[in-house]
Amino acid sequence: MSAPEKTRVATASLAGCFGCHMSLLDIDEHLFELVEKVEFDRSPLTDIKHCGACEIGLIEGGVCNAENIHVLREFRQHCKILVAVGACAINGGLPAQRNYFKLDDCLRQVYQYRIGMTDAGIPDDPELPLLLERVHPIHEIVRVDYFLPGCPPSGEAIWSFLSDLLAGRTPRLPYSLMHFD
Amino acid sequence: MPDIERVVHAAAARYEHDATQLLQILIAVQDELGYLSPPALTAIATTLNIPRSRVQGVAGFYSFLYTEPVGRYRILFADNITDRMLGAPLLLDELCRKLWLERGKLSEDGLVSIDTTSCTGLCDQGPALLVNGRVVTRVDHRRINRIAELVRRQVPVEDWPAEFFHIDDNICRRDALLGTPFKPGSALIAAMRLGRNDWLQEMHKSKLRGRGGAGFTTAVKWTGCRDAPGQQKVIVCNAYEGEPGTFKDRVLLNSFADHVFEGMTLASWATGAQLGLVYLRGEYRYLWPALHEVLERRRAAGLLGKAILGTPGFDFDIQFHLGAGSYVCGEETALLESLEGKRGTPRIRPPFPVVRGYLGRPTVVNNVETLAKTCLIALQGGSAFAATGTRQSTGTKLLSVSGDCAAPGIYEYPFGVSIAKVLDDCGASDTQAVQVGGASGMMMATYEFHRSIACEDVPSAGAFMVFDSSRDPFEIAHNFVDFFVHESCGFCTPCRLGTTLLKGYMDKIARGYGAKVDLADIDWVNRLLKNASHCGLGTTAPNPVVDTLVKFRPAYERRMQSLDFEPAFDLDAELETARRLTGRADPAAYLNGNNEARP
Repeated sequence: MSAPEKTRVATASLAGCFGCHMSLLDIDEHLFELVEKVEFDRSPLTDIKHCGACEIGLIEGGVCNAENIHVLREFRQHCKILVAVGACAINGGLPAQRNYFKLDDCLRQVYQYRIGMTDAGIPDDPELPLLLERVHPIHEIVRVDYFLPGCPPSGEAIWSFLSDLLAGRTPRLPYSLMHFD
Repeated sequence: MPDIERVVHAAAARYEHDATQLLQILIAVQDELGYLSPPALTAIATTLNIPRSRVQGVAGFYSFLYTEPVGRYRILFADNITDRMLGAPLLLDELCRKLWLERGKLSEDGLVSIDTTSCTGLCDQGPALLVNGRVVTRVDHRRINRIAELVRRQVPVEDWPAEFFHIDDNICRRDALLGTPFKPGSALIAAMRLGRNDWLQEMHKSKLRGRGGAGFTTAVKWTGCRDAPGQQKVIVCNAYEGEPGTFKDRVLLNSFADHVFEGMTLASWATGAQLGLVYLRGEYRYLWPALHEVLERRRAAGLLGKAILGTPGFDFDIQFHLGAGSYVCGEETALLESLEGKRGTPRIRPPFPVVRGYLGRPTVVNNVETLAKTCLIALQGGSAFAATGTRQSTGTKLLSVSGDCAAPGIYEYPFGVSIAKVLDDCGASDTQAVQVGGASGMMMATYEFHRSIACEDVPSAGAFMVFDSSRDPFEIAHNFVDFFVHESCGFCTPCRLGTTLLKGYMDKIARGYGAKVDLADIDWVNRLLKNASHCGLGTTAPNPVVDTLVKFRPAYERRMQSLDFEPAFDLDAELETARRLTGRADPAAYLNGNNEARP
């Protein structure tokens, strides 16, 4: 009897702090169980640069620049199930605090007018992705199938959520694990 | 500020420093001061000896109470779909241009502000607007010119041309209620001759059902109130006719007020209530003086007051309460909260108002039309009344017909009349849809015009808005969704957020950014609203969208940008600032990878 095929999972952190990825590692001994069941595709854990066909895509962080959009679209295109993981992916989170200011003012304040600036000027290297006017939660850019709240979601919450997904159950966090902070 | 103190004390004194009269006191203070400033709210709280937070909470709840300075002329255009169809948005823009101001903002000299308000109940003679609470009908370009001139010359509203404020009844079809001559007191004499119990028996025989929309059997309500423990029972007349497209109560109160007050007295005879309250929507305030005259006349004739018609122990009198712009207050328990001077948040039932209503007393809440109908029952007997209409919906129903038809107005039909018959009578042609029962009612398509207006088929509180094939069903639903967002009382999360989410999707589709997946999300929000809302406002709010999605789906689909997901805005345009600041025009500076912005 051949081993059952593993579920392919991809992960990415957009405008986030990698805290959700750290929390994923916090599932501790469940990691052994997880690698029995899944194979990681594009992810900071594998350093694979582009996403292939996957069952599950986990997105941490909101969308703040053009590159985030390309990554997010690539995930949407290749992942059957796309999950917004954590406060930033769901609401924009901390990076979205800049939405209270105009991008113009933000960039000028930081790169032109800041006291003590030498060689002032807004960076224009084509290597740098352009910033969007506002930071968006990912569901404003692509269709999102599930939302896993928390800042970050605890390891326990992530494990509960992934176990449901992998087993074919509609994910439903128990009340004690459902929190937004 | 002595002036504020004086005004507040006078208003509080008029209502005997009774905190349950807070709403009336706030209205009275605002009438004098123009708006409810923080010192005024503090003075009211101190005078009534209640927490200031409560005063602020109530002042903040009602649309027609202002906690910020407003213009000496406050102009509010009715924003119902029928007003929009008659050109209200263009007229609003025109007046803003002529007076040099932005919609929703006070002019710099503090003279005038212009905005929109929910349906004012004048759909048969719109577009309508309110100026300092007074209704102006049939607004057109000429009237806009003259209004601009009157405001510029600062002519007091009382001195504006009387024809601006002229309101017609527009009764187009009369039946049992509108077509039978009525002598005030005659129904009461008939019922008193029967005695209290037999009169209630006649009510049972009539099978009269409430005309406000829910269709509950009136006699059951009255019996429940009569049998409820407690002495000080109350009859409330719900004259908060807020359902968009409905204006029958306006006509009844204007020309058939004796029927309504006599109906309340008949309810008092059956239940033993001694206090009657009429909750009048703020938009109908202009009716107040005439209604007071009718009350005075009835008191003088011994039809109200102590020992009515010389019968010892039959004491009943009627007081008025004014609303201040809140659709949800048409819901009976929200109305009771409002009557008690609170925010209009619906209560949890049970206990039902007949057991614990106004100030915890057994209370009957009946619609204006329901009460008027009871006069017919007293005069003709319950069986005769039950012989008209349909088996489950007896008697006649007043329909408020508006929209695309030759003769908008009030049409009285026996229950069971087909939609097609009404359309024929009002001179509608090329009709593609009829909204029956208002924003919360049902949108009927051509293949359903054979169906009949009755509780057992198409129930209705009376609105009947006609749309011909030049109208866009999506726009109609969009208008109703905006209405519900504005009118959600904000108490429960499913309704507060659900209506706003729904509006987000409708706005997105209207802007041409819609995607098919949004329709699935709309279905999900609709289910949430229906199943999880605290009161009927939330559970019926999705109706216009549910109906149009089933019956007019292409009106949505043809607006779709794509079959997959699309953001609700132009994504590439969001990179424009960064492109400008960096001076970049390389392929990576555009989301679609070439040097042109997306079409």
